[in-house]
Amino acid sequence: MPPVLRMILQRLGLGLLTLFVVSILISVAIELLPGDLAQQILGQTATPENLAAFRKEVGLDQDPVTRYFTWLGGAIQGDFGVSMASRRPIADLIANRLYNTLFLALYAAAIAVPLAVTLGLLAALYRNSLYDRAVNVFTLGSISTPEFFVAYILILWLVHGAGLFGVLSTIPTDATFGQQIEATTLPAITLTLVVTAHMMRMTRAAIINLLASPYIEMARLKGIPRYKVILRHALPNALAPIINVIAINLAYLITGVVIVEQVFTYPGLGGLMVDSVSKQDATVVQACCLIFASVYILLNLIADVLSIVTNPRLLHPK
Amino acid sequence: MIEFFENTWTNLTNIFNAMLEGGPITLGVFLGYTFTILLGMSVGAWIVKRALLLATSGRRRHNLGLIPVTAYFGMLTIATYIFVAVFADILAPYPETDTSGGSFEMWSAQHILGTDNRGGDMLSRLIYGARNTVGLAFVITFLAFIIGGVLGLLAATLGGFLDQAMSRVVDVLMSIPPLIFSLLLLTIFGTSVLNLILVIAILDSTRVYRLARAVSMNVVVMDFVEAARLRGEGLWWVISREILPNITAPLIAEFGLRFCFVFLTISALSFLGLGLQPPTADWGSMVKENADLINYADPTPLLPALAIALLTVAVNFVVDWMLHRSSGLKD
Repeated sequence: MPPVLRMILQRLGLGLLTLFVVSILISVAIELLPGDLAQQILGQTATPENLAAFRKEVGLDQDPVTRYFTWLGGAIQGDFGVSMASRRPIADLIANRLYNTLFLALYAAAIAVPLAVTLGLLAALYRNSLYDRAVNVFTLGSISTPEFFVAYILILWLVHGAGLFGVLSTIPTDATFGQQIEATTLPAITLTLVVTAHMMRMTRAAIINLLASPYIEMARLKGIPRYKVILRHALPNALAPIINVIAINLAYLITGVVIVEQVFTYPGLGGLMVDSVSKQDATVVQACCLIFASVYILLNLIADVLSIVTNPRLLHPK
Repeated sequence: MIEFFENTWTNLTNIFNAMLEGGPITLGVFLGYTFTILLGMSVGAWIVKRALLLATSGRRRHNLGLIPVTAYFGMLTIATYIFVAVFADILAPYPETDTSGGSFEMWSAQHILGTDNRGGDMLSRLIYGARNTVGLAFVITFLAFIIGGVLGLLAATLGGFLDQAMSRVVDVLMSIPPLIFSLLLLTIFGTSVLNLILVIAILDSTRVYRLARAVSMNVVVMDFVEAARLRGEGLWWVISREILPNITAPLIAEFGLRFCFVFLTISALSFLGLGLQPPTADWGSMVKENADLINYADPTPLLPALAIALLTVAVNFVVDWMLHRSSGLKD
């Protein structure tokens, strides 16, 4: 088996194992809930029959291991069980919100990734110039500010100052693609600003690291034109770090989404999760947590696989 | 083009007038104040540097001169925050839980920065917030360092099964986004202050563990550690006398960065309504509680967020300088 393939399979196996362990961790965490769940949810006035019926409905009467595998089996098929607070199927609660959150994250990523990589590359190429310094100040400021600060500044400036958008990102259920874009733009800009800074800083660092290595200097000394040095010599080796940078920041988007959704009261998964935490609705939190964690792990997995695939040393084994 | 400059100029003069005469607080005026404060702090940092250089001589003067102005800015800012946090009782015009004003009053002589949603004085709550939020972040970071640092050092020094077991546990804990994980844990254990401290400290200690283990791995293999072991020194001696002194620089820098992350995490959780609860003054929850004002184009609720950002930038400046110094880079 070629080494590339073996490494990829190894990485995939490790990723799946992590996912499995994390799912166990999340489900064990729920088991740790103090007190009798059924009693807590139904209140002190519930009759024993009601309690028993509820336990059966949520599956609390089974032992933890069976319950875990039933839950995992359901979760893989998109069935996350029943909400403890509203007793509605979690899948119904999540479906639309998951779509909204993914839409927002992808929208932000579509702006942020090309922007950040280009700006980061430029900052690395023209380092210590006025542009580079300005970029540094901007990124440091942006990294240091809480997401909600950026969001509110944008609201004050673009909504109240310039009157460009509506304040709340309400989306009608039968929204067209255009309406969805319109409602999502302001949250997406906020996320872009937050993520771009990280991504730019890390891209810049990765490229500068690379440009300092001896073989680049060698290429320069041979008299190869600058653009060729970058494209032929630097870029193949820079791909892995850049891919990693992008993946880390897309994963970071997940955290950002939770807060940004809260600011704009955007109907997404993050908002649902926060609401459920304050309602102590453990099963919904569990489901959201599993989804967020899976996306996070998958993104890291994809990044690792891509950096293996793009590694020139592995592609041309001796 | 000319029109654009004219507009900008009139805008700027309007902002300047509003700042001097106390007009309505718009985003421009808010940014104007912010800019003025930043400028003042920068000039202050520069003056402090000059003054120190004038007051000292010889080698010490040379060393002080090597510290960049940004680091002075950072240290000055951090010192101000500590001062405000320590003397909050004296500095604040109203007690922390006082709600004698009307809700959402404008900036005035009685309430310099207006009042919040419950009629508390904004300035006083900002000042007490410095004590609560910064203090909490410091305690959590400290705890995370004790847990992560000790375990990381042990893993690196002892190696073997213990190291493998702890590292795999940390791998799993780190494969869930920290904010999401803390949301899950807070649901289970409830959102009390103690739980908040423990949950964030433990989640953050995984990052400290990684770093402490990685840097001490490099030291453990050195000859002088080997020599100490052959001499028959105990585990405690090897860790505290041989390894720890050689990894303090990266650990201190990490402490600064961790502090920023913890600080932002607490603020985020408070903003989501899961951190410190009113009447305790806290910057994250202050933004959330007063966010309604933003809908009336009043940027006052952003003051606590600004306070968060300023401290984080300041800490970053100091950390940058320390990292630069410890890496031995001389531009």
